[in-house]
Amino acid sequence: MTKPLSPTDTSHGPDAGSTSPPGPFKEFWNYFCENRGALAGLIVFIMICLMAVFAAWIAPHSPSEQYRDSFLVPPFWSDGGTTRFILGTDAVGRDIFSRLIYGARYSLIIGGIVVSLSLTVGIPLGLIAGFARGVTEIIIMRAMDIMLALPSLLLAVVIVAILGPGLFNAMLAISIVYLPHLVRLTRAAAITELSKDYVTASRVSGAGILRLMFITILPNCMAPLIVQATLSFSSAILDAAALGFLGMGAQPPTPEWGTMLAEAREFVLRAWWVVTFPGLAILITVLALNLLGDGLRDALDPKLKRQ
Amino acid sequence: MKKKPLIMLAAASALSISIAAQAKTLVYCSEGSPEGFNPSLYTAGTTFDASSRALFNRLVEFERGGTNIVPALAESWTVSDDGLEYTFNLRKGVKFHTTGSFTPSRDMNADDVVFSFKRQGDADHPYHKVSGGAYEYFNGMSMPDLLKDVVKVDDMTVKFVLNRPEAPMIANLGMDFASIMSAEHADQMMAAGTPEKVDLEPVGTGPFQLVAYQKDAVIRYKAHPDYWAGKAAIDDLVFAITIDPAVRYQKLKAGECHVMPYPNPADIEAMRNDPDLNLLEQEGLNVGYLAYNSMMAPFDNPKVRKALNMAINKDAIIDGVFQGAGKVAKNPIPPTIWSYNDATEDDGYDPAAAKAMLEEAGVSGLSTKIWAMPVQRPYNPNARRMAELIQADWAAVGVEAEIVSFEWGEYLKRSKAEDRDGAVLLGWTGDNGDPDNFLAVLLGCDGVGGSNRAQWCHQPFEDLIQKAKVTSDPAERTSLYEQAQLVFKEQAPWATIAHSVVFMPVRKEVKDYLIDPFGGHIFYGVDLVE
Amino acid sequence: MFRFILTRLGLVIPTFVGITLLTFGMIRLVPGDPIELLAGERGVTPERHAQLRAEYGFDKPVLEQYWNYISGVLQGDLGKSITTKQPVVEEFFTLFPATVELSVFAIFLAVAIGLPAGIIAAVRRGSVFDHTVMGTALTGYSMPIFWWALLLIIFFSGILGWTPVSGRISLLYFFEPVTGFMLIDSLLSGQEGAFRSAVSHLILPAIVLSTIPLAVIARQTRSAMLEVLNEDYVRTAKAKGLSPGRVITVHALRNALIPVITVIGLQVGVLFSGAVLTESIFSWPGIGKWLIDSISRRDYPSVQGGILLIATTVILVNLLVDLVYGFINPRIRHTR
Repeated sequence: MTKPLSPTDTSHGPDAGSTSPPGPFKEFWNYFCENRGALAGLIVFIMICLMAVFAAWIAPHSPSEQYRDSFLVPPFWSDGGTTRFILGTDAVGRDIFSRLIYGARYSLIIGGIVVSLSLTVGIPLGLIAGFARGVTEIIIMRAMDIMLALPSLLLAVVIVAILGPGLFNAMLAISIVYLPHLVRLTRAAAITELSKDYVTASRVSGAGILRLMFITILPNCMAPLIVQATLSFSSAILDAAALGFLGMGAQPPTPEWGTMLAEAREFVLRAWWVVTFPGLAILITVLALNLLGDGLRDALDPKLKRQ
Repeated sequence: MKKKPLIMLAAASALSISIAAQAKTLVYCSEGSPEGFNPSLYTAGTTFDASSRALFNRLVEFERGGTNIVPALAESWTVSDDGLEYTFNLRKGVKFHTTGSFTPSRDMNADDVVFSFKRQGDADHPYHKVSGGAYEYFNGMSMPDLLKDVVKVDDMTVKFVLNRPEAPMIANLGMDFASIMSAEHADQMMAAGTPEKVDLEPVGTGPFQLVAYQKDAVIRYKAHPDYWAGKAAIDDLVFAITIDPAVRYQKLKAGECHVMPYPNPADIEAMRNDPDLNLLEQEGLNVGYLAYNSMMAPFDNPKVRKALNMAINKDAIIDGVFQGAGKVAKNPIPPTIWSYNDATEDDGYDPAAAKAMLEEAGVSGLSTKIWAMPVQRPYNPNARRMAELIQADWAAVGVEAEIVSFEWGEYLKRSKAEDRDGAVLLGWTGDNGDPDNFLAVLLGCDGVGGSNRAQWCHQPFEDLIQKAKVTSDPAERTSLYEQAQLVFKEQAPWATIAHSVVFMPVRKEVKDYLIDPFGGHIFYGVDLVE
Repeated sequence: MFRFILTRLGLVIPTFVGITLLTFGMIRLVPGDPIELLAGERGVTPERHAQLRAEYGFDKPVLEQYWNYISGVLQGDLGKSITTKQPVVEEFFTLFPATVELSVFAIFLAVAIGLPAGIIAAVRRGSVFDHTVMGTALTGYSMPIFWWALLLIIFFSGILGWTPVSGRISLLYFFEPVTGFMLIDSLLSGQEGAFRSAVSHLILPAIVLSTIPLAVIARQTRSAMLEVLNEDYVRTAKAKGLSPGRVITVHALRNALIPVITVIGLQVGVLFSGAVLTESIFSWPGIGKWLIDSISRRDYPSVQGGILLIATTVILVNLLVDLVYGFINPRIRHTR
């Protein structure tokens, strides 16, 4: 957890600096822990991460092994269920519990890649727009406006249609769709910071444009970006699942949760377990991330801190 | 805001659903929206259900629930000795629909037949270009090459002149694209400067006439009061467009509709046990197959193809993919078609023998591709899942297969390529119930690089089917096709996977609904009894 | 004010041109072949294929195609659908009211429940009510709505049998659409029970579609209210001895509403994304489902025209929100 937050340490450096006695990270951590929801979210999220990393050891079965004698076995507590398949099996006899565990990997990968992709493209674009002003700014911001005018899921569907259905293309599409918000946010933060004294000071002392952008200003815009990143992480999981559900995300037999749900749709009335569990897994993961994001925002946002 | 013109007829009859309890309304939860109401312009079965099968008639038609040809708008016909001239005697006293904008002044006659075919075949016909002017089925059945002329002999006699003899010709004329439309209506609309209305406000001779269509939601019909074969037993027919099969089933259970097509295989068992429903079932006129590329090594060796066939556990596919709603296929044509050869022996599931055969053929460490189409088709409810099962089966005999898929249009195009890498999952639904429509189209030498996805041109087989095409004696044709099936099985260009079983759940009060082997949904002859 | 409106309008035009370029460009990039698709397993001969391409104008240079497209757009002609051969504009506007009706109803639900819930949660900060509302809101915000829709169908239609499964009105009722909005048309028709039937068909899809906006509005209202309740003027009002009810409704709420309105405006795009999923699950005859179908059919003119019209709608709604916002908060007019 400490890694992504380190920039905030420095954020207090120039203005607040050494006057705050407990140290910025400790202060943040105290605020964060006060929020029990956020803590719960963090714990669940860590559990999901562990599940993803150690899937091979935790999962009782291989996610792709088809037990030809056990099609659509219900969960163990239902009639006809067996403890061999705790949450039952799907239409070709694969263990749902194991698939869900492996599915955690995909969700984390999706969230991670989407966030890093959109950050690596969005932050520089936003900074450029904030620094350059004039024509460059207008072009960048107009382009973002155009993208914002298209409903995000629709835009993502069209991009996937261009690139072809598949997990990676879905992630790419979602990253593109998330750009406008990120660019706007970075630009707004950069413009606010640009007018501050410390920036003028560093400019006067001869700092280059790149240094100004990435070393002087960026760390000070980090707080809203971190919050946005956490929230994008959870939205990415939801949107990838929606694309999977429309048949445009990960392709079966990938145990991605949205794709599992799409495959299970025909069993809505006959085998509730193949429909219920993947959806529940999505809900829990996204909920945990959102709790975490809320906690981060409250802890990082000085305005709410004072209350 | 422009609204689609609604064809409001004597609205009283439509409203009577809620007013008069006696009026019988049958609600059909259809699976999608029709593309339009002129069957010659489109190719989708959903469109045919809403147009040709309710609104129109053909010169000849398929017997309800069967594949036999029976007279319809033509009472009788004769074929010249050289097989080049077909003369039809038309039925007298056939009335067209009276709609809000059209009142027919005469009965159906030869002009209507000539109009219906000339519009599609003659590029100079004033109606040829109307509504896009793409007559894909007419083209797909090679009509432009085949049909030399359609001649009006007298008011009640029409002659079709062909360029070459074609045994399945009569069956072709029973197909949806050959529906007969009103030439008088067309003339009136042309004179009014609104020719496209012919396709939007259809006028036919069929058992039902269109009342209103609300896009993507509801189609309403009422019975044609002067239908030549007698007014339909139901008064009103409603298509409630419901795309999701689970939702269709819910509506059927709730009594919101009486008949639904394409149930989820997963729900079949529950439907069978529901006391309010009758579950009708019949084998579909289709085949799902896996076509090897017989031009590429090592698949050019029939032994390798046969070994791979033996490695596939088809029973597991029937369970896992069709949920039991299918039958293992051994021939390239379904058992409901005449000349089906029951004597052929299937390549039984035997992984050990398959492995041995592959070794014998000198093939080891083979890696290939399985093409899985991205869409659900009548002959294959889930190609992806089928591919996964085959992949696992082949892995057991040491063949590594990668599953690939493309967008449907792209899939169809790329799978035609002669240098295609891998075996392709596809299938076929019969158009006219003639074996030629399967064997020649899918396995003939002309189809290589086209609809023959196995790229398989085998002379002994080709000779048999070409001979059968120009032979008019049914017994002789049957024997030729039976031999062809044996040759096919021995050469194994495909793994024949399954013929799907069509299930139609209908509510108990629905009487005399028959499953159409061609996959259509036909409501003339159906009644509702409390 | 007039100048403000003019500058906002001025910004719309380049965005609009950009959108035509974007949609046109994207559509050309989509692989796939509508002609092969229409022909299905039967296939078409290469000659016929070329002939059809020429008929659809796909054989012309891209620039010429764009020029033809743009000149059509300016005359209100978005081309004809490849599938149905009907004008795209006509298809769009037959289906559009269904989507609008669903969205408006969903937003109405979201505001009617989310706003009071957010206010009460803010006033009773830290109470059980606050925690419940915020917990529920966050769950709603995290909901995969396609899954939520399936659960609701299983429960309310399947098990309880309270709501119809799909469609816009019972088939018993039949009238010619006047406005295209089923709630209004059913009232105009004067048929007994028609309105009730229309409402009962609308309720489940509207609940599903409103889930996320509701959560966002409740959360936003709460935090806006909290901020305002802390401001000096509210404290002063309280200190003056005004009743808490009056402080909340008159002083706090009015100011808290400003950010909330923006959020509602921003939800239009979100709503449409939700409509794509909701409509396909409930067989709701609207634009979302139509566009997804058109994309999978590679019906270029429909996708192109549909996206353009949707984007135009979103731009217009945002413009409207901007204007309302500028109207409520005069400071905005100068700073933006």
